[in-house]
Amino acid sequence: MNSTFEAFKTKAEAVSAEVHRFPTQAEALAFILGFLQESGVSDAPQCGAVWAAGSFLDGARKDDLKVKVPGITFEVTKEASADSKVGISQLDWAISSTGTLVQDAAAVEKRLVSTLPTIHVAILGTDRILADMGSVLEHLRPQQIDYISFITGPSRTADIERVLTIGVHGPARLIIVVVDEFQKVTA
Amino acid sequence: MTTQFKESIETALHNSNLTGALGRFSEAYRISRAKAYEGIDFEATRDQIVEIKSDASSRFEELAVQFKQSAEACGAKVFRTSDPEQVKKYILDLAKEKGVKRVVKSKSMASEEIHLNKALEAAGMEVDETDLGEWIIQLAHQTPSHMVMPAIHMTKEEVATVFSEEVEEGQMPDIPKLVKFARAKLRPKFLAADMGITGANIAVAESGSLVIVTNEGNARLVSTLPGIHVAIVGIEKLVAMVKDIQPILTALPRSATGQLLTSYVSIISGAVPNTDGTPKELHIILMDNHRSDMAKDPMFKPALQCIRCATCLNVCPVFRLVGGHVFGKTYTGGIGTILTAWFDELKKADDIQGLCIQCGSCVPLCPGKIDIPGLILELRRRLVVEKGQSLAMKAIFGVVNNRRLFHSMLRMASVTQKPFTTGRFIRHLPLFLSDMTEFRSLPAVAPSPLRDTIKKIDQPKAKAKEKVVFYAGCLIDFCYPEMGESLVKILNKAGIEVVFPDDQTCCGAPARYNGAYEVAGQNAKDNIKALLATEASYVVSACPTCTVALKHDFIDTFKSLGDTGTMADAEKLSAKTIDFSTLIKKLVDEGRLTLKEGEALGKITYHDSCHLKRTLKASDEPRELLKMAGHEIAEMYECDTCCGMAGSYSIKLPEISAPILERKLKHIKETGASKVVMDCPGCVMQIRGGLDKDGTPIRAEHTVESLANRFK
Ligand code: SF4
Ligand code: SF4
Repeated sequence: MNSTFEAFKTKAEAVSAEVHRFPTQAEALAFILGFLQESGVSDAPQCGAVWAAGSFLDGARKDDLKVKVPGITFEVTKEASADSKVGISQLDWAISSTGTLVQDAAAVEKRLVSTLPTIHVAILGTDRILADMGSVLEHLRPQQIDYISFITGPSRTADIERVLTIGVHGPARLIIVVVDEFQKVTA
Repeated sequence: MTTQFKESIETALHNSNLTGALGRFSEAYRISRAKAYEGIDFEATRDQIVEIKSDASSRFEELAVQFKQSAEACGAKVFRTSDPEQVKKYILDLAKEKGVKRVVKSKSMASEEIHLNKALEAAGMEVDETDLGEWIIQLAHQTPSHMVMPAIHMTKEEVATVFSEEVEEGQMPDIPKLVKFARAKLRPKFLAADMGITGANIAVAESGSLVIVTNEGNARLVSTLPGIHVAIVGIEKLVAMVKDIQPILTALPRSATGQLLTSYVSIISGAVPNTDGTPKELHIILMDNHRSDMAKDPMFKPALQCIRCATCLNVCPVFRLVGGHVFGKTYTGGIGTILTAWFDELKKADDIQGLCIQCGSCVPLCPGKIDIPGLILELRRRLVVEKGQSLAMKAIFGVVNNRRLFHSMLRMASVTQKPFTTGRFIRHLPLFLSDMTEFRSLPAVAPSPLRDTIKKIDQPKAKAKEKVVFYAGCLIDFCYPEMGESLVKILNKAGIEVVFPDDQTCCGAPARYNGAYEVAGQNAKDNIKALLATEASYVVSACPTCTVALKHDFIDTFKSLGDTGTMADAEKLSAKTIDFSTLIKKLVDEGRLTLKEGEALGKITYHDSCHLKRTLKASDEPRELLKMAGHEIAEMYECDTCCGMAGSYSIKLPEISAPILERKLKHIKETGASKVVMDCPGCVMQIRGGLDKDGTPIRAEHTVESLANRFK
């Protein structure tokens, strides 16, 4: 598991993603809340954080989270997402050979939080990292799932003079939070 | 060639932004591509792609039916049509029915192919491209110059000007700021649009899935925010199975941008909920527009294996000089020439097919394993069949087809050229021919051709048990007989008698490369007869273009002409044919030739000729021989990039040939070698002529000359 994680981390960082690993969900949550505060998330305009549903949140006291970091909302709408600085969602799988995150993104909320805000925080179980795209497509089958998203690093362009520039239409930062003890990850 | 076309080339060549940007890019590209493929078996990957795509193009109809079924089962509407007008009508009708006012698009070449934006705008809709490069060229009222990087021809200053003039005044040429500006300006458009239009990189029949890749994330927004999503998909994007996605996505990002994977890949397999909870209107248009005609043409069917990675643009020595716009409005570069001929019309490819210098650089790197130069030749042939050869060309080939007349004219040339020659070069030619000597001196026709001088060589007939037939080719026969004499000398050392059949004639390459296949076919027949008349172990040539003609082109020409009469003999000749360096290396390995030892001959550099390296696959042999002889080889940058000669190319498009040569000379000089060696008399003519013109004291010679006196 460690070598797979390390391989994933190397590839993800090579495309400018930031990778953090925590043994428990509680530690991961603490990191995320700290990160949101540091990033200036608040209930001021353009400063919110939208958090899409996922098993990571099961059992969490959402109201407490909102108190800890005012500006967090769990009601993901187009308007809220467009108005937010940070989007948080849970990813289903990852690919170590390319540093890619993969998600059943049929629920529009999951796409909104990972496309519109400038920062995307992606939560992932350590045991969800697979070797290649083929293995992932055996779990997330296009025959059954209407929208599958693969995310490899933040949004980028090289369309002007081939100079790599991060954050065109999608997030400019991708923070990947990997959690070892992830009890109830959705498939 | 039309004047308009010639002018577009001139303009491109004088655009130093363009040539500078493309030149730098093509250099960086090779490195990043190679790095991205580390640990990946490229050959195995492209074999898989070929299998997937050729299977698909054998049964487009079946896959299209299956795709429609699968996608419609998941809530999409699939519209199939072969007619671009119907595509536009479908979208316009839909837009009208749904009251669409604002459209956002992510990159779709198929939509450009049918000029969709114009039609939508004419119907009063506001249409915005959202891929940054596409947006820039949309604002600048231009067309894409590159399949992957549409605005690669523009500088940041030009982009800032376009933004200032078209969107908001005062934009500075600062790339991060320009990108931010685009984000800020396009964001409200995404949010307000009622229809999103995308293309697709892959369409999977089994699951009805569209696979869309982008780096910017715009396709995710286009397919998520507006309530209607229309995808325009050329049927060549169809593959049978979900498992076919991986090999294509292994190659596409690596070949296109040197990435392991594009930032975003979306696999859309059904209508998902909209942001307001209503179900997405998902319309998929499967567009044929001559693709199935292409699939029915056995020669062009492989072109449907293209995954649009643009490698064939990035590594093309011509593309990097002239950029995309001279190729036309939608598809550019080598593959673009082929696609334009089919999706638009053959006539449209008339001028642009001439741009391909036939160097073959794109072939080993194409993930679809498409023989791009081969198909461009075939286009050329068909164009000649359709509209006939020009009178001048007819006259030339009339002569080439008559060996006696052709050869007596060449002999005469050695007399008539006298007033223009200095030493062994022609430096000036009168009037209209002067273009040919503008950037390099031409070799003078030798006073006596090889076919005469070879008879005076006293070959060790008594001892020799083995015979080898020598095919000289026009350049060695008439301009460089000393190369032929050296070859005889070396083979004699191995106890081999060299036979020169007098009836050998032009190899037909000039005719073939100009689409005159009948002439090439006649040349082939004459040569087959002449060369097979003597029992010999090999037919050797020191000209790679001729060797390729004998080994491959004769057979291909007969195939194209549907002429099977001489096929068996053509195959026999092909099996016997060998290039000079490969034969000599073989004789050395067999112990039949031994190089003198202990020589220190100094530093040289080696130029790989296109046909030798890429068709005959000989690049180590000459190097090893030269090293064994006592040379040290200082490799030049881009040692296997074309020198710009390419037969009549340098006559038809001297403005392109010249800068390609200039680049080559620069790389030769940078090595500090006193000599550049190569295996092709055509390259010697080009490079020696260029060095002479430029006054550089570097010798250019054929490997056969370098080795002439090196054997025991
Ligand atoms: S022809 Fe080959 S190299 Fe060119 S774009 Fe298509 S797949 Fe890429
Ligand atoms: S063969 Fe050479 S000139 Fe022709 S398209 Fe390929 S790279 Fe360009």
